[in-house]
Amino acid sequence: MATTSPGMLRRLQDWLPRLVLAPSFALVLIFVYGFIVWTAVLSMSTSRILPVYKWAGFDAYERLFAQPNWWMALKNLAIFGSLYIIICIALGLLLAILLDQRIRIEGVLRPIYLYPMALSFVVTGTAWKWFLNPGMGFQNTVRGWGWEGFTFDWLVRPDMAIYTVAIAGIWQASGFVMAMFLAGLRGIDSEMLKAATVDGASTFTIYRRIVIPLLRPAFLSAVIVLAHMAIKSYDLVIALTGGGPGNATELPSTFMYSYTFTRSQMAVGSASAMIMLMGIAAIMVPYLYSELREEKR
Amino acid sequence: MRRILMASAAISVLASATARAEESVEVLHWWTAGGEAAALNVLKEDLASKGVGWSDMPVAGGSGVQAMTALRARVTAGDPPTAVQMLGFDIRDWAEMGVLGNLDDLAAEQGWAEVIPEAIQAFSKYDDHWIAAPVNVHSTNWLWINKAALDAAGAEPPEDMDGLFAMLDAFNEQGITPLAHGGQPWQDGTLWESVVLSRGGMDFYRQAVLDADADALGGDTMRQVFDDMSKLREYFDGSFSGRDWNLASAMVIEGQAGAQQMGDWAKGEFLSADQVPGEDFVCIRFPGTQGSILFNSDQFVMFDLGDDEKRSAQLKMAAAVEDPAFQVAFNTVKGSVPARTDVPDTDFDDCGKKGMADLVEAAAGGTLAGSLAHGHGQPSAVKEAVFDVVTQHLNGQITTDEALTRLPQAVAAAQ
Repeated sequence: MATTSPGMLRRLQDWLPRLVLAPSFALVLIFVYGFIVWTAVLSMSTSRILPVYKWAGFDAYERLFAQPNWWMALKNLAIFGSLYIIICIALGLLLAILLDQRIRIEGVLRPIYLYPMALSFVVTGTAWKWFLNPGMGFQNTVRGWGWEGFTFDWLVRPDMAIYTVAIAGIWQASGFVMAMFLAGLRGIDSEMLKAATVDGASTFTIYRRIVIPLLRPAFLSAVIVLAHMAIKSYDLVIALTGGGPGNATELPSTFMYSYTFTRSQMAVGSASAMIMLMGIAAIMVPYLYSELREEKR
Repeated sequence: MRRILMASAAISVLASATARAEESVEVLHWWTAGGEAAALNVLKEDLASKGVGWSDMPVAGGSGVQAMTALRARVTAGDPPTAVQMLGFDIRDWAEMGVLGNLDDLAAEQGWAEVIPEAIQAFSKYDDHWIAAPVNVHSTNWLWINKAALDAAGAEPPEDMDGLFAMLDAFNEQGITPLAHGGQPWQDGTLWESVVLSRGGMDFYRQAVLDADADALGGDTMRQVFDDMSKLREYFDGSFSGRDWNLASAMVIEGQAGAQQMGDWAKGEFLSADQVPGEDFVCIRFPGTQGSILFNSDQFVMFDLGDDEKRSAQLKMAAAVEDPAFQVAFNTVKGSVPARTDVPDTDFDDCGKKGMADLVEAAAGGTLAGSLAHGHGQPSAVKEAVFDVVTQHLNGQITTDEALTRLPQAVAAAQ
């Protein structure tokens, strides 16, 4: 009956995982790392409308940093990114702590907070575009209630529009951050908290000195997830403001798309993509490094 | 042996049958809106009657940006479609890549050179060879006015910028939004180019926009243009940012707004709302630009497919596009005017007749120039650089002085 020798079986067992992983590994190699290399090559070429492989050195990077639009995009990313990450974490943590007080309808509240994450950025952007539109949304409604002087027109004010992008982004992601923190809170050993209570520590002190420090892994993951979402948020801006008014809500991602595909400056677009990649790498590499080192210990 | 022979004979018959049915064109376009799709059906049916199949490759997105992205992918993969709807300088860019076919024989046979205005030929030809078949001519320097509001203002349609401001003031007193505008960079640019033409005339437009002359871009006439833009800005409503052009048209149709500056595709919106030119709305050339036309022309660009059979289908399609009967059928539905000037105007409405007469006049008088905002004035890099400055100025991010310094710089940097 058994014709396969034990040796062959073991060899098969050794090879099986590699065989199963090989196709996806190859795909990742080509479609992630291959394309990164391709973008790097394009960013040093003279490409305009189509890829052209003519060496131009760092010319595209020089032109990139000479663009007022690019500086605008970086400034907006700094505003949007920092508000998005900080407020999402603060709000998510607050919601998680409140939900963790063993309230009765937690099962109902949790999905309500989490639901925005189920919406795509495009839906979020479009909904907030209508809500914030001064002619038909929030401002108009409040005025209809009788407060004639009420004004909330950030969406159409070049100096404030980037904050509306932050509002919509925070609305969408903070529930998700809450879920991450809630999972973290549930993972904390209740014996430790009981011991602290016995020692006479107040709830506030317990959270400040014990719980929040224990949530460090959750904080780290939240920052990583939010940071890369901030850098790649393209659809939110396109749906909410289209990059306007003027170019007041330009982000590196919208910049990259328009220079590569609509402005026939593929090399400059690729250069901006490389800068964005370096930005993400600057966050990810130290994180991965610290994670891997801890594993070894 | 006999069976094998029979089988192979049967297979070859089958193969030739499919080959005959395969004479078809694959067309990449972005005419997906109601009126546009209806207009395209005219061509589809015409080709079907000639035994040419049609395989549609629609890429939604009004400006065609998405379509060009899809095209890049196809061409990079070495599999271009038969024909592609394209605009202005995009055509030249693609021609430069050496991937387009040659329509010289057909053009000579049908006499395209005599009936298509030279300014449009400039985009249908590259290196003196025909590479594209123009379908229509749109023009961008139009003003669409709500007739009821105009009557209430007791005003004649304005003839210059001052007249325009007077009319807008009158609309303001009626309590409606004087000027409906959509705040997207291309719409800001469309308004800007009309003001440039109005203030400086065709010579100045050529100098500043087509030749990108730095002195003209930063000079006194341009200061006047930017001052006008600031003034026009005050006639918009509060939430114009990011509004689509057809929503702005709807404001004029519904009487919430007095007027809109927009290309003649806006007429489609008025017509589909059952409005009648001259009775419900008035179409005039943008004040101060009478007799001049800023055009954009949709063309079907033919790619080099290196296959005789596909080429024959391609030529049939190009021939059908330049057929006068098709030009009438298509353009009455689309809202544009025919690309050839020898087509009778009997089937067109008032605005269409005016547009056709203007085109003949402008083509003869040398006052026909490509629209910058719609890709017929400068390559897209320069066009977008101008948009940047114009839209930032209109939205109050930069002052007129800054705009005048930045405009020549941005244009030079993008060239």
